[in-house]
Amino acid sequence: MSVAISIEELGKRYRLGELGGKPTRITEALVDSGRRLARLAERRRSEYPEEIWALRHLVLDVPEGQALGVIGRNGSGKTTLLKLLARITEPTEGRATIRGRVGAVIDLATGFHQELTGGENIFLNGAILGMGRAEIRAKFDEIVAFAGVDDFIDTPVKRYSAGMKIRLGFSVAAHLEPEVLLIDEVLAVGDADFQRKCMGRMTEIGSSGRTVLFVSHNMNAVEHLCDRVIWLDQGSLVRDGEASAVVGEYLKNRTRTLSPVWEPHADAPNPDVRLHGIRLLDGEGTPRTEFKRTEPALVEFDVSVLRSDPRLRVGLDLATQEGLIVFRTFHDDLAGAGNRLLEPGRWLVRCLIPANLLNHGLYSINARIKINQFRWCVQEDDVLQLEIEDEEVLEGRDQARPGLAYPVVGWEAEPVSAAESSAERAKPATLR
Amino acid sequence: MAGDVVVIAPSQGWQPLRLRLLWGFRELGYFFVWREIKLRYKQTLLGTSWAVLQPLLMTLVFTVIFGHWLHVGSGGSPYLVFSFAAMVPWAFFSQGLSQGSKSLTSGATLISRVYFPRLLLPLGSVLSFLLDLGIATGLLLVLMPFYGYAPGVKALAFPLFLLLLLVATLGTAFLLAAANAQYRDVQYITPFLLQLWFFATPVVYSPTIVPHGLRSVIAINPLVSVIDGVRWMLLDGPSPFGPGLAVSAAAAVALFLGGAFYFRRTERGFADVL
Repeated sequence: MSVAISIEELGKRYRLGELGGKPTRITEALVDSGRRLARLAERRRSEYPEEIWALRHLVLDVPEGQALGVIGRNGSGKTTLLKLLARITEPTEGRATIRGRVGAVIDLATGFHQELTGGENIFLNGAILGMGRAEIRAKFDEIVAFAGVDDFIDTPVKRYSAGMKIRLGFSVAAHLEPEVLLIDEVLAVGDADFQRKCMGRMTEIGSSGRTVLFVSHNMNAVEHLCDRVIWLDQGSLVRDGEASAVVGEYLKNRTRTLSPVWEPHADAPNPDVRLHGIRLLDGEGTPRTEFKRTEPALVEFDVSVLRSDPRLRVGLDLATQEGLIVFRTFHDDLAGAGNRLLEPGRWLVRCLIPANLLNHGLYSINARIKINQFRWCVQEDDVLQLEIEDEEVLEGRDQARPGLAYPVVGWEAEPVSAAESSAERAKPATLR
Repeated sequence: MAGDVVVIAPSQGWQPLRLRLLWGFRELGYFFVWREIKLRYKQTLLGTSWAVLQPLLMTLVFTVIFGHWLHVGSGGSPYLVFSFAAMVPWAFFSQGLSQGSKSLTSGATLISRVYFPRLLLPLGSVLSFLLDLGIATGLLLVLMPFYGYAPGVKALAFPLFLLLLLVATLGTAFLLAAANAQYRDVQYITPFLLQLWFFATPVVYSPTIVPHGLRSVIAINPLVSVIDGVRWMLLDGPSPFGPGLAVSAAAAVALFLGGAFYFRRTERGFADVL
């Protein structure tokens, strides 16, 4: 069997920072060149501190017709690999050779143009994949039927619901039959019914002899669809082998790494602040990773402020396993007690994640420390995992609710007497 | 297309234009053109009439101010047709440039999600204004008989001047679009640049007011020769053929190649900066 994708020492380096590292204003470009000159003069041409290798030294051959799963934590380089193979961004080093037409589904809902109708968007997406109009026309009805948007095909996509957009996006990609198909996390969205349909269609694609690269956090789907799985971590290949073996090992490792304490691997040079570690604590100050839905959790940053700067902000993102950010918070969001990081020295900065906020599930914490409107000091993704458990679900009394948040909201019911006028009834009780 | 082999590797320095690849994506190019036109006149009351109204209203204003009040010379033709004949190619250039320079930033989501030759975006933007150009030219042809002009054999040179206009507009649009992806300052510079360019181009005045020795020098602006050509074809203006036309053609080709190669050189970073 011949090789469909051959990857040799592929690597991609990104520059971090507020502006993606690259100057986007001419004045900044001037300042930037000035700085570079200054650094040359100081003979300190050390590596740019804000650089990160999203993927490095990847060597991989994918035979024709294979369904390859790509797994790993957030920020492990999965999406970067897909973007490189889809030619959306260019590698920094190495090379890859792909035989056959490539179709990529990177972000289902956004390949669309909002002002155009569903039908027009099908043609747009087809044209992007390098298809002729005749070819698309031949598949048109099938695509529309699969997506279930028959009645809305002449409606601008901006009037579609999120679910409809996703269905249409997947449908176009799945029917346009490229020889090599790259798919990024499609099963994280859409309702259960549509996910089943997607799985069915992808099994069909897999068995039709096409090469598929499938990135997902959904281990069941990966095991079901893929013959072989690679596991990436921090831009490097960790394991490569038979699907269930690699997935099994990944899951085992995953639970083992569920630790309430995190320490940075190496000190990134940083003149403003030094992060010694982050811990996840309960109300008694004991480190742990599992919390009841009705319990608060504390995220404790152990930091040394090296240089006093009123713009210093310590914070975090709370994200789902799929990388969706639930919220971002900083220590000085509320003026007052939290906002005391002005003096140099070592501090314990605690963030209280309130009880009755998050729904049952596993969440990631991304560390975010910055000098506001100037630069990022720390941007570490997925440093700790926070497991929120709903007792009702654990004890089998109820199914997990949909949604990310599970707040306690106010409800009231009031009987309506016949004497009240209809105008009175329209007003909520509290406004009367 | 099973024989397709794609090699993905870092590129460095100047890149070939890859015209064959561009041709392979022509369907997408048509689509971009069609999309631009459709979106531009969607939810407008007057639709494509704007293509004519804008240059026409400007021409009326110029006719009153420059023609009637300031008595700017128009080489013997009535001032209205004299300036409208120039307004038609100028409107194409200026609209193509302002839309074309924004084409990458407005197509940012597409760029960060899918692969296609990025040159198609400014190309589609500029080419979509051919429709406006066509409509405005039609109106010009309708107006001419009222002023006693009729297109003759000279009109056969039309494709030549259209080509000159296209090459100059595309080259400048490529340059500004690529620069705008990296430096957003360009979006503020473009309107200013267009205003300067407008006054450097004989739209409201006749090129005869420029000292004779400088004629070939101002022809470094390709629009000068395009407008000379239009006035020569339609209004019996002086012949545009001469050293000036050669200078304009050379400038247009230089702009085109410079713009296209600069675009290709910076293209690799687009997905990362947009």
